[in-house]
Amino acid sequence: MNIPTDLKYTESDEWLKLEGDTAIIGITDYAQEHLSDVVYVEFPVAEGDEVVKGDAITTIESVKAAAEVNSPVSGTVTAVNEEVTKDTGSVNTDPFGAAWMVKVKVSDPSEIDAMMDAAAYEKYCAGRS
Amino acid sequence: MLEPTIYELSSSGRSGVKYPDPDVPLAKLPEGMVRKELPLPELSEFDVVRHFTRLSRLNYCIDTGFYPLGSCTMKYNPKVNEDAARIPGFSQIHPLQPAETVQGALALMYELQRWLAEISGFSEVTLQPAAGAHGEFVGVMIIRAYHLSRGDTKRTRMIIPDSAHGTNPASSAMSGFDVVPVATDEKGNVDLESLKAVCDDTTAGLMLTNPNTLGLFDQNVVDVVNIVHKAGGLVYGDGANLNALLGITKPGMLGFDVMHFNLHKTFSTPHGGGGPGSGPVAVAKHLVDFLPDPIVVVKEEGTDEVPPLFGFKTPAKSIGRVKSFWGHFGVAVRAYTYIAMHGPEGLRSVSENAVLNANYILARLKDTYHVPYNRICMHEFVAEGKWQDAPEVRALDVAKRLMDYDFHPPTNYFPLIVHEALMIEPTETENKQTLDQFCDVMLKIAQEAHDSPELLLEAPHTTPLRRLDEVKAAKDLVFCCYFPMNE
Amino acid sequence: MFTPHTEEEIRQMLGAIGVKSIEELFTDVPKAYRFPNLDLPPAMSEMEIMTRLQDLAYANESTQELVCFLGAGAYNHYSPAAVDAIIRRGEFLTAYTPYQPEISQGTLQAIFEYQTLISNLTGMPVSNASHYDGATATAEAGILAYHHFRGKRTKFLVSNAVHPHYRATLRTYMSGMTGLTITGDEPSVDPLSNWKYLLPQIDNNTAIVIVQYPDFFGRIFDYSELAAAAHAQGAIFTVVANPMALGLLKPPSEFGADIVVGDGQPLGLPLSFGGPSLGFFATKDEFVRKLSGRLVGETVDQDGKRGYVLTLTAREQHIRREKATSNICSNQGLMALATAVYMSLLGKQGFKKVSELCYHKAHYAADKISNIKGYSICSGKDFYNEFIVCCPEDVEEINNHLLDHSILGGYNLGKDYEKLENHMLIAVTEKNTKEEIDMLCEILEEVSHA
Repeated sequence: MNIPTDLKYTESDEWLKLEGDTAIIGITDYAQEHLSDVVYVEFPVAEGDEVVKGDAITTIESVKAAAEVNSPVSGTVTAVNEEVTKDTGSVNTDPFGAAWMVKVKVSDPSEIDAMMDAAAYEKYCAGRS
Repeated sequence: MLEPTIYELSSSGRSGVKYPDPDVPLAKLPEGMVRKELPLPELSEFDVVRHFTRLSRLNYCIDTGFYPLGSCTMKYNPKVNEDAARIPGFSQIHPLQPAETVQGALALMYELQRWLAEISGFSEVTLQPAAGAHGEFVGVMIIRAYHLSRGDTKRTRMIIPDSAHGTNPASSAMSGFDVVPVATDEKGNVDLESLKAVCDDTTAGLMLTNPNTLGLFDQNVVDVVNIVHKAGGLVYGDGANLNALLGITKPGMLGFDVMHFNLHKTFSTPHGGGGPGSGPVAVAKHLVDFLPDPIVVVKEEGTDEVPPLFGFKTPAKSIGRVKSFWGHFGVAVRAYTYIAMHGPEGLRSVSENAVLNANYILARLKDTYHVPYNRICMHEFVAEGKWQDAPEVRALDVAKRLMDYDFHPPTNYFPLIVHEALMIEPTETENKQTLDQFCDVMLKIAQEAHDSPELLLEAPHTTPLRRLDEVKAAKDLVFCCYFPMNE
Repeated sequence: MFTPHTEEEIRQMLGAIGVKSIEELFTDVPKAYRFPNLDLPPAMSEMEIMTRLQDLAYANESTQELVCFLGAGAYNHYSPAAVDAIIRRGEFLTAYTPYQPEISQGTLQAIFEYQTLISNLTGMPVSNASHYDGATATAEAGILAYHHFRGKRTKFLVSNAVHPHYRATLRTYMSGMTGLTITGDEPSVDPLSNWKYLLPQIDNNTAIVIVQYPDFFGRIFDYSELAAAAHAQGAIFTVVANPMALGLLKPPSEFGADIVVGDGQPLGLPLSFGGPSLGFFATKDEFVRKLSGRLVGETVDQDGKRGYVLTLTAREQHIRREKATSNICSNQGLMALATAVYMSLLGKQGFKKVSELCYHKAHYAADKISNIKGYSICSGKDFYNEFIVCCPEDVEEINNHLLDHSILGGYNLGKDYEKLENHMLIAVTEKNTKEEIDMLCEILEEVSHA
């Protein structure tokens, strides 16, 4: 399983990459494997929306499951990835790259410190059944 | 393709059933409101009959084979039920006829209400809900109405075990409740300590399936009920598994406040390929006033010479209507027939044999399929469809391979708390030969899983179609084979 | 009774399980509550129960003996013999929900065809596999609208000419959603006003506007202007339609419907004292993921053969659980099949013909009744197969008199609409002959003279 070392992670399988003051958010390899083939991606938020940590920022549907991506940070949405709604398979093939979901301008950087690093996330995944 | 669609068989100009020409003068049609095109197919009657008959032959059904589907109770659907529902005095009565002209129908509904109340140990029953999930919604709404009527507005949370059917949390959410999960312990019972921890004055109630979806009778069920009652909550019983309890116990006696029945499970009304079902709801005395609108009551007592006069009544604090008219009367007639034919001893025999059959299969399979909760089960049990030493094979593959042996697979992937779950419920109408055949095949498949797993992974091989591309169905959405109208 | 085991077989099975008696299987049940008495009548044989059922049935007067002019949401249409013959087949009747598509293609393709037929009838591209009935389908439209706006729009506008049971059901379904107002059908509204009274009530807090077509009183309106007003405010325009009327009238898609719902009973389903029937739900592509209920989609199997599966199941309760917008599990599978057979049997020509027969016979009846002293028709210009008769006396009295002549009179509108005392809703279908209509008029005339 792929767990890039330069990212931060949540227990609900979101990853976050900080570029300046903007967080790029997506779902992990573990998540896409458990969802299996993703068929639909939808954004309940749009550019300019304010979000609070925990808010749903993406809805993902596969054949056997539906899941929400919750924002690990609070801030303002600066972009949503329209491409992924057209190529939903990319969530399975490239979850850390082409299938980024939402970009959020971070209002409280300390929320990122509270997230897991790659090693902690790997350990966490190993402990799950 | 297996069979062309009705539109592919259509031939322009062909016509089917004939109707007489108007015997009245033609009226002027409403200006600007008449349809220009009616894109319905054109076939002869025989084309239609042959088409649908051919389609029927692509189906597996109870009449042709065994369906060990856990929590579905796929028992024999008696043919007499079909005749009963079609008696013209039942099938040809209009729902809005004056009550005096439908006393027979009302009497049947009243008696069925009484019988279901007696079977379950409750005070009153409504026949309004159209299906199990509908009944759950009604039950949860009744709980909500009860608390609100006492000015208790804090109770916004419904406790639901992690083993519950998805309709339970969905029904709760629909009624505006937040869902609080509670865990199942290693014996397969509701974890009492966890339950105590989540019960407080915000608890509206607990939704409990007993026997639960693992097929196990909660060994602490009375304690569970008492804990919730002590916190001021009510207990809702999901009656999907009632086939284990007829004449064995009554949920009302165990302390439940409200429950729903599935007539299409326990009471033999046919599944029809996905409905219609019927989900009557029974309530204890303190909840009678909240039942949906209306219930059948005796308006005037009868005498030795004159039968009682039946009619409809809106309960005093009713949650309101939950569908049009009076519920699935046609389904109620079938359930009435079933209960009447069984009587008290017959019903008890149903549950005894259902539980006997399930335990027999469990005994034959438990050394080959891992059964996480290994105790005497009720009418169903859950096994794992996976083996450590056959890592490629999953429950899905076992299920697909069963079809090659002409068995419908058991329920897959439910309950969620068992991995690669196979939930097996034989029901009481299967004979021992069928049960043994099923067990023999399950043992054979287990062997195949180890020796030649590709037989499972590539199954089914002999069915009309093989594994279907569900990803494609969800991505390239096609719900309609012919739609000439533009948006 | 249907349990097959012999004593010997039971003995063998108990031995395999390792218990001595069946009672031993129930030790988990608390002793105090074990094996209670069931106070039910003793078992009857099949022969005996059929006699009992016949007795109960004879205590009813059915539309076999009575000439029926009663509608109000359930209609006495003729169902060709082939419909029942198909749904009685065990392969359809006793099949389970098609979760294993490889062995359920019969059910799946039949439902797919049902969806296609409903789409074509209503003019809406997506139809689901059905809801329980017209009332719950209407409620599901309300749920869809509520969640579409994420609860931010808190007004539902409902015409008072939507079936009273449907409006009541909608209210019950939405009662768990706090802050929502359902309005537009207050008793103060003049029941015979047309839909224009709704126009000023549409605003940017309106989630949905719901009307019926033909309306509960049988009247036909072109709702284009109302739909446009709803759309101007971004509200969802929903039409409750009588499917039989759609054989003659233009489909709601043509005047701007976003959702079309209704009850399928007129499509070859028996009256059956009001149930089971089905609720159809058809909508535009945009709402497909917000739809509740089952959906059958087309696909291929691993050998490339065309087949059908339940799809978009991730929306449903068994996966989304508390996040599902609706808890619906079942559709009305067998009834959907029955209506598909009915629509196919009648076909393009037959369906139009039956639909027109209802229209012409109703207009003949209305015309004749309007010429009887004491009676007038107050439905307005355009109506389909139901119309309002303003009667010279109490509707119950008139109906009692009609019953004496084996006629089932129309619906007493005074029951649901305060201002419509002495108003009767008469329905006419293709089953009513000219002679029956003439007889109805004769008796009505008798009553007004008495």
